[in-house]
Amino acid sequence: MLTAVLMYDIITVPTQVVQLIRIRIEMQKGEIKLSLITVDLRDRKQLYEQIIDNVKNLVLTGELVQDDKLPSVRSLAKELGINPNTIQKAYTELEREGIIRSLPGRGSMILADKKSLCGERKDMLKEKMQSLADEMFEIGITEAEFFCIAEIAWKNRKNGGVSHD
Amino acid sequence: MIKIDSITKTFDVVKSLNDVSLVIEKGSIFGLIGSNGSGKSTLLKIMSGVYKPDSGGIYYDGVSVWENSEIKRNVVYLSDNQYFLPNATAYDMMRLYKSVYPTFSVDKFRTYLKSFGLDERRKLTTFSKGMQKQVSILLGLACCTEYLFCDETLDGLDPVMRQTVRKIIAAEVADRSMCVVFASHNLKEIEDICDHVSLLHKGELLFEAGLDDIKLGIHKIQLTIPKERQDEASAELDKLNIVKKEKRGSLFTIVARGDEEKISEKINALKPTFVEFIPLTLEEIFIAEMEERGYEFDSTIIG
Repeated sequence: MLTAVLMYDIITVPTQVVQLIRIRIEMQKGEIKLSLITVDLRDRKQLYEQIIDNVKNLVLTGELVQDDKLPSVRSLAKELGINPNTIQKAYTELEREGIIRSLPGRGSMILADKKSLCGERKDMLKEKMQSLADEMFEIGITEAEFFCIAEIAWKNRKNGGVSHD
Repeated sequence: MIKIDSITKTFDVVKSLNDVSLVIEKGSIFGLIGSNGSGKSTLLKIMSGVYKPDSGGIYYDGVSVWENSEIKRNVVYLSDNQYFLPNATAYDMMRLYKSVYPTFSVDKFRTYLKSFGLDERRKLTTFSKGMQKQVSILLGLACCTEYLFCDETLDGLDPVMRQTVRKIIAAEVADRSMCVVFASHNLKEIEDICDHVSLLHKGELLFEAGLDDIKLGIHKIQLTIPKERQDEASAELDKLNIVKKEKRGSLFTIVARGDEEKISEKINALKPTFVEFIPLTLEEIFIAEMEERGYEFDSTIIG
C-alpha cells in the first residue's frame, strides 16, 4: 500500500522529486548562495575586480569560511548575466592570490581565512587614513581637532559601536 | 575560431568594407562596434555566408563558409529585422528552423518560450514588435549552434528581457563555449558582456583588443597640487606617457598609458594633496585611441 502510494507520487510529480534531490545534493556540497556575489554594472570598476573584491569582503566579514564552495563559473555567469570568461578571470586571480583553490571537477573552495586577509586590508585602510589626514591638514584642521574627529568616528561606528566601549 | 581574411565588399559605388582582417577565438564574446553605416551588418552577413565578399574570405577552423552548408549549419545570424513566414506561429517557425538546423532543440525552445510567457500557437503577426524580436532571438538560441551573430539584438527589448537574454547567452557560452559576436552602437552594453572589442569606422577596422588588456594599459588620474608647485609638477607629468592632460584650478586630470604601479610611483613623488585613479569607460578609451590615430571621435554618434 505504502509503496503503491509512493510509486504513484513519483509517477505524477517527477519534477518535484528531481527538484528535491537537486536541493539535497546542493545542500550536501555546501555551495554558497549565489546571491552573495553581486556586481554593479554602473560601477566604473571592472567586473572581474568587483567579483574579486566581493569574495574578499565575504571572507573578511566571516560570511565565507574555509572550505566553503563558490558557485561554478557557469551558474554565476548565468545568475549575473555576464561573460563566463570574466568570472573565470576573477577565479583565476583569486586562486593566484591564494584566496581560493580550484580542483578539477570539484569546483572552487575558499582557502584563505579571515586573518590572512586582514593584514592586506589593514595596509589599505592605513593608506586611506593617511590621505584623509593629509587632506584635513591641508584645510587647516589641527592635531587636537583631528584626534577629536577620529574619536567621535570610532564611537559612532556602525557595528557594535556601543558594546566595545 | 573564425578567421576573417582581408575582406573587401563594394555595393555599386559604396565601399562598405575595406580590407578587414580579424580573428575571433572560440568561447569568446566579441563586440563589434561602429556607427550607423560603418559596415557591421555587412561584415556579419559575409561572415554567415549570406553575402559574397569581393575579395578575401571567411574561414571557420580553416574552412571557407561560402556555399558550404556544413559550416552554415553551425552559424546563426540574428538579423535586426526579423522575418517570419506569412501567418506563421512560433510553432511553425520552430518546425522550419528544425528542418534547417539539425542541432535545434525543441525542448530548449519550449522552455524559453514558457519563461518569456509567449504562446507558441499564437500567430506571430499578433505579437508586438518586441515580442517578435524575442521569438527570433529564442529561435536563434535554440539552434544550439557553435556560432551566434547578434545584429543589434538587444535593442528594442525592455531591460528585464535584455537581462534574461544575456543570462541565457552567458549560460550557453559557459556550457558549450559558444562563440558570440555582438554588433552594436551601444558601448555600455558591449562593455558589460564582451571580452574582446573591435571598432569599425567607414568600412575599416580601426582597433581590436581584449577588453581587460586595453583597460590595464591606460589610466585616468585626478590629482591636486598646491599652487606654488604646479608648474614644476606639470612639467614632471609631461614625462609620463600622457594621452590627455587637463587642468582646472589646482586639479589636474590626466589620461596616461603604462603600468599602474609605475605611474602611481611617479605621481606620489610629486607629493599631491589628493590622488585618485579612476577606471576608464570603454567610451573614454575609444576617444583616446581614436584621437591618437588622428580620428575625431564623435561620442554623440556612438553610444
